[in-house]
Amino acid sequence: MNEIGTFDILGPNMIGPSSSHTAGALRIAFVAGRMVEKAVSVKFVLYGSFARTYHGHGTDRALVGGILGYHPDDERIRDSFEHARESGLEFSFEENFTDKEIYPNTVDIYVTDENGSVMSLRGKSIGGGNAVITRLNGVDVELTGNYSTLVVEHIDKKGTLAFVTTVLSAYDLNIGSLRLYRESKGKMAYAIIEVDTNVSQQVISALRGFEAVKNVLHVPAIKLD
Amino acid sequence: MNFINGAELLEYCEKENKKISEAMFERETTYLEQDEEKTRERMRKAYSIMKSAVKKPINENIVSMGGMIGGESRKLHALRESGKNICGTLVSKAIAYAVGVLEVNASMGLIVAAPTAGSSGVIPGVLCSLQEEFGFTDEEICQALFNAAGIGYLITRNATTAGAEGGCQAEVGSASAMAASAVVELMGGTPRQCMDAASFAMVNILGLVCDPIGGLVENPCQNRNAMGASNALISAELSLAGITSITPIDETIAVMYAVGKSIPSELRETSLGGMAVAKSACETCRACAEKRRG
Repeated sequence: MNEIGTFDILGPNMIGPSSSHTAGALRIAFVAGRMVEKAVSVKFVLYGSFARTYHGHGTDRALVGGILGYHPDDERIRDSFEHARESGLEFSFEENFTDKEIYPNTVDIYVTDENGSVMSLRGKSIGGGNAVITRLNGVDVELTGNYSTLVVEHIDKKGTLAFVTTVLSAYDLNIGSLRLYRESKGKMAYAIIEVDTNVSQQVISALRGFEAVKNVLHVPAIKLD
Repeated sequence: MNFINGAELLEYCEKENKKISEAMFERETTYLEQDEEKTRERMRKAYSIMKSAVKKPINENIVSMGGMIGGESRKLHALRESGKNICGTLVSKAIAYAVGVLEVNASMGLIVAAPTAGSSGVIPGVLCSLQEEFGFTDEEICQALFNAAGIGYLITRNATTAGAEGGCQAEVGSASAMAASAVVELMGGTPRQCMDAASFAMVNILGLVCDPIGGLVENPCQNRNAMGASNALISAELSLAGITSITPIDETIAVMYAVGKSIPSELRETSLGGMAVAKSACETCRACAEKRRG
């Protein structure tokens, strides 16, 4: 159980107006932005309350700010559209009112990088500025971004996880949690590993050395205060 | 050192002769193992954000994202400065500051959720005005914020501070209870008096619904923050005068939670009832108008 501390009550320090519609939305986009080397365009599909109120809550500006790597207390969020245009990032929004079963504050994000490859994720904002990534490139996952997180995309093949944990141990990284998700047997799989410290480029390169590993992403922990 | 309800907190404070703020700080640095100096520094940062947020709307023209609020803090300061205010300097300042923070919040400015963004004006409104009128140092106010956090922790641990779960009474009501308790400690009251003030504040707002127009944190949220600030000062004064609460804080929190659950979902942040569906309210809301145009 997560214990409630002083700054869970007096906090987060955040750009308004709504922890769920602004800070939480930013957190989802922050993770998406860290999944590619350099994003050149991004499409957001908004559901439920996000779709209905995103103008008035500045959810759109927060999402773009998250792609740009801003933290939830960054005063540039208000002008993130202008900052995105200056840095050559294209962005667009779509509202989805037809999918009613979905959690009210949900967004799908499609990020295109310089090489034209598209990465997609789905996130939901669960209140208090917290968010959960629930889908990654079509695979159901669970990732909060509260901790420094490694996402190892690999072919579902024997020995992969043993290799990954050996590498982490060799680089003296302590694993806080580890979960495995896969499309189906023998297809694409994701190992989502939360570690206690930041991850160096050497670790990522070492992980990429295994044949079954297709890609390795690192999402730094996002601070709320 | 840990406590999970008001009874345990009060017992500890009375046995060890400690203030609520001291107990909360101790819990943070022993049970939660946070560094003492870093914890103090984080609180100084939070209070500096609160102080900037109360001052910003005096110097800047603010228009909210939804276009329903902006300029209210200035109007209140102007009225007070012209000597035509009716609430007395402390309360007049407290409400001017509280509505100002909501302007900053609604225009994508920097605030501290205390305990939520929708109720973020109450605590800065009360503590910044009290500091100016009674000459408290920043250090004293920061210490009192640990008291406020202690009350907020009891509510969050045992009930909720989310409008979607408990209505406005859980948001502005909690903020008001936290502020009331902090004021009592600053003015020299006992931990029991702090908790009684928090109980008064919660009970006074019991049942208040959450019905934001257009789903936005603007109206009626802004005025309710002014109400929450003045209610905190009233509740503190009741307790400091020696009036005691009929319910201990744990019972009050349980009552608030039960009432919150019985509020229909239309009146818990869904914008399907209350002010959110008033005809004139919908016409005023720019976000709704944009939506109608498609």
